[in-house]
Amino acid sequence: MSDLHSGTLTQLAAGLRARKFSSVELVTALLDRVERSQASLNAFISVTRAQALAGAAAADRALAAGGGGALTGVPIAHKDIFCTQGVRTTCGSRMLENFVSPYDATVVAKLKRAGAVTLGKTNMDEFAMGSSSETSYFGPVRNPWDPRLVPGGSSGGSAAAVAARLVAGATATDTGGSIRQPAALCGITGLKPTYGRVSRYGMIAFASSLDQGGVLTASAADAALMLREMAGFDANDSTSVDAEVPDYVAAIEQPLAGLRIGLLKEFFDPGLDPQNEQRVREALKVYEQLGAKLSVVSLPNLPLSVPVYYVVAPAECSSNLARFDGVRFGHRCENPRDLTDLYRRSRGEGFGAEVKRRIMTGTYVLSAGYFDAYYLKAQRVRQLISADFTRAFKDVDVLMGPTTPTPAFAIGAKTEDPITMYLNDIYTIGANLAGLPAVSIPCGFVRELPVGLQIVGPHFSEARILGAAHALQRATDWHTRVPPGYA
Amino acid sequence: MYDFAQVFSFHPRILLTPMSLTREQIASIAALARLELTAAEIPVYQETLSQIVDFIGALERAPTTGVAPMAHPLPGLSQRLRPDLVTEVDRHEEYQANAPQVAAGLYLVPKVIE
Amino acid sequence: MSAWETVIGLEIHAQLSTRSKIFSASATAYGAPPNAQANLVDLGYPGVLPVLNAESVRMAVKLGLAIKARIAPQSVFARKNYFYPDLPKGYQISQYELPIVANGTLDIELEDGSRKTIGITRAHLEEDAGKSLHEGLPGVTGIDLNRAGTPLVEIVSEPDMRSAKEAVAYMKKVHTLVRYLEICDGNMQEGSFRCDANVSVRKTGADKFGTRAEIKNLNSFRYIERAINFEVERQIELIESGGKVVQETRLYDPDKGETRSMRSKEEANDYRYFPDPDLLPVVLEEAFVESVRNSLPELPDPKAARFVSQYALSAYDASVLTVSRELADYYEAVVREVPQEPKLAANWVMGDLAAALNRENLEVSAGKMPATRLAGLLQRINDQTISGKIAKEVFEAMWSDGATADAVIAQKGLRQITDAGAIERVIDEVLAKNPGQLADYRAGKDKLFGFFVGQVMKATGGKANPVQLNELLLRKLK
Repeated sequence: MSDLHSGTLTQLAAGLRARKFSSVELVTALLDRVERSQASLNAFISVTRAQALAGAAAADRALAAGGGGALTGVPIAHKDIFCTQGVRTTCGSRMLENFVSPYDATVVAKLKRAGAVTLGKTNMDEFAMGSSSETSYFGPVRNPWDPRLVPGGSSGGSAAAVAARLVAGATATDTGGSIRQPAALCGITGLKPTYGRVSRYGMIAFASSLDQGGVLTASAADAALMLREMAGFDANDSTSVDAEVPDYVAAIEQPLAGLRIGLLKEFFDPGLDPQNEQRVREALKVYEQLGAKLSVVSLPNLPLSVPVYYVVAPAECSSNLARFDGVRFGHRCENPRDLTDLYRRSRGEGFGAEVKRRIMTGTYVLSAGYFDAYYLKAQRVRQLISADFTRAFKDVDVLMGPTTPTPAFAIGAKTEDPITMYLNDIYTIGANLAGLPAVSIPCGFVRELPVGLQIVGPHFSEARILGAAHALQRATDWHTRVPPGYA
Repeated sequence: MYDFAQVFSFHPRILLTPMSLTREQIASIAALARLELTAAEIPVYQETLSQIVDFIGALERAPTTGVAPMAHPLPGLSQRLRPDLVTEVDRHEEYQANAPQVAAGLYLVPKVIE
Repeated sequence: MSAWETVIGLEIHAQLSTRSKIFSASATAYGAPPNAQANLVDLGYPGVLPVLNAESVRMAVKLGLAIKARIAPQSVFARKNYFYPDLPKGYQISQYELPIVANGTLDIELEDGSRKTIGITRAHLEEDAGKSLHEGLPGVTGIDLNRAGTPLVEIVSEPDMRSAKEAVAYMKKVHTLVRYLEICDGNMQEGSFRCDANVSVRKTGADKFGTRAEIKNLNSFRYIERAINFEVERQIELIESGGKVVQETRLYDPDKGETRSMRSKEEANDYRYFPDPDLLPVVLEEAFVESVRNSLPELPDPKAARFVSQYALSAYDASVLTVSRELADYYEAVVREVPQEPKLAANWVMGDLAAALNRENLEVSAGKMPATRLAGLLQRINDQTISGKIAKEVFEAMWSDGATADAVIAQKGLRQITDAGAIERVIDEVLAKNPGQLADYRAGKDKLFGFFVGQVMKATGGKANPVQLNELLLRKLK
């Protein structure tokens, strides 16, 4: 039985380059793990076995010839929200159940060019709307730490796949916490970059001013490597920022001493599970021992971030999802009577309940008479929240706090009441509203379930927040823990 | 000032009090969004959407006089301009492989009377 | 004075003649096979994003400067959300609260020679939708998205027009202007230049506007005049019989000559405009705007004014000659060769040349009658080689054979007879042949002078110099 799966992405990349093992060996071993885990985890929607093996063979040839890129032969997975040419791309929805994308997302193309081998497309909340990966048309994803529990969402499939060591790393997206929250619930590292750092071209849009593509990996060092290959200006994305991509891999080795850490006052509140709080404070003590300076900062408007999000995100998604109309691609109802019937039934059948809820919420807050009171108001409060962050970063280098209020919860526990589900994103949403980079890393266990520590930095400070994450991972070993049964 | 306690103390509305959205509003929102809802679904969405509307109503109290709406998270950026060049080629057959109904290169929909 | 006053505002959609679309790099050329020019961005595929075409911005700024409008230093694209099969994304990217151009004016000339200034509220950039085809498709409609994403500038006038004729004059002036600026080819048959009219009536002297109806897709100057007149009649009749005008969209039926309600598209559309998060604000630097200003051609009004002063033409003649840059440039090229005859040149360009071009449905730029060649003909009139009348015959031969004036004159022997002796000889012959008329003339029938002129012209094949003929004939008749 191969142990290849237990290497980190960084170790595997190095091992492949050193020809210690072949990509075909590695990919075969992992595909095996994927197949065996599907019934219990359901982390994948599509497994592209043939393409993966072909890719692995090509990688081996490149490596043998002394060539190849930084990730040549390394097995990854893409959240099924990224368009992959010639491969089914469903966004977790019946609406795109049979949609084969004619093009690659920029992120996919870049990782291909870096030599990564894709094993398949991971499961997710439908159209990225959710915090538990329970709304997927293809069935819920289960947490590898305890299959009765959710892995978090919307990038639950990618998170579960990485946590269970089915892949060395996976792409994901984060609109309100969809990378960081699953990272926390699954005990892995999840990075949401600065808005505009990673191209959104080919990343099926949920909320355009909030969505960012990022990574889920076993460690900050792995995240740095993947981010370096994914990030950069893209002429196809008008919101893509033309800023140099630093060598994150080298940058994270910078020593920590003197780092000014701000503890977000508003996050340490009655809603936070006291044991979660304990793990977070223990991690902060480690930072102090490493030479960081702690202080408390207040972002007074931050508690309004959830209501702001639930105006802005639905508004943008109600418009972004209007293109799914049964005309040019996607689900079409049988025997439409007329045009209106075509639209209403194709969309009514193609979308699940949460997606419909958000489309309707968005339609409502943008509609005549409500636009000023809701949409415009929310964007003004967003400005206030962003200003709070800017002010805080004058006195501290990074902000830290818990990623989630509790560890993973039971599948089905929160599906009755949307608001309770929405409150899972309470600590993560702020970074999306302000476009800030943020990472979640494991910092301990509560009742044998992982807990995440969140680190938020100013715009384009990925090197610094990953560096801080890397420092904790050098001093502790939470990030090396693997769920029982997946070692 | 606000704190998460206020947000966390939110309880689902008790059904006896009137909901923020009427059934007619739900039906008209669904129509505007071209979403077919069954008769049974309307009251369900009425309840959850009303809860959401109440929840986001918390924004009303925020003091935003003189604060500009934030359309983009990174301030001060402006739209890049692309040179006026044609770089696309005809790939319509490939694209139309995904289309539910196509004839003579046209996407087909039920007859539209104008 | 009529009891009723008509109030009209026009919304003109001009397709910008960029090579590629406004938000994608697909071609904009007309006439491609269905969906051959619709890429993933145009099709609204999942995951695609818009990127703004620089030339469309330049063209909008050109227009704004030409109508003396304010160019917004920052303008914003907004989404106009509605469902229709020719609108792939389910929203049109347009501009709403912050358009790129605002508050301009355009002067129009009316038939009585007076001028009127029409206000232009705003002009903004947006993308065109695709096309729906109904013919030959039983039970279904076919959607062609080649046109989806073509850049449009929407020009909205103030409700300043008070008659269909004013509306047509304004529409023609805008048409001329966009072609001068080379931002739109103005081809109405191909849909590059489309007009919607907002029409209402009110009692003369009333201060509030009446309810207006919008008449869509008027794609010829003739149609717009008829449609507005019909609509005005319809509204007046409706009100006078106790009814109320409903705010609605109507379509003009050119076969029946009437407007019809388009209620199907009109189900209360709440467009839910909001700034497009996929696009950043368009910021225009002063230096850029200035560079566009410096690149503007001489505009129609200043050019017409210059023609009046430089060539001593009437305002009417100047406005006809400047209706397009091509025609104006042509005229000036002719006058350069025959600088002593600007009025003659004007008459010929507006008269015989225009008639010939119209007959064959040609543009002056097609090159069938180069300016120097026409100038050659005018030169021969000027130096009296031929008379104006003979010149028309020469022109027709030049037109059909592509020959020069001199070649035709030589080949047909049309040189004017200016030898006094020769003319006198013919006069003598004519007088000798018509003794009765001669006697009558000398007895007092002055009108017979024309008869003698005609006879001499006939005998000389029309080539006798008319001025000399008159002089000599008068002397001989005494």
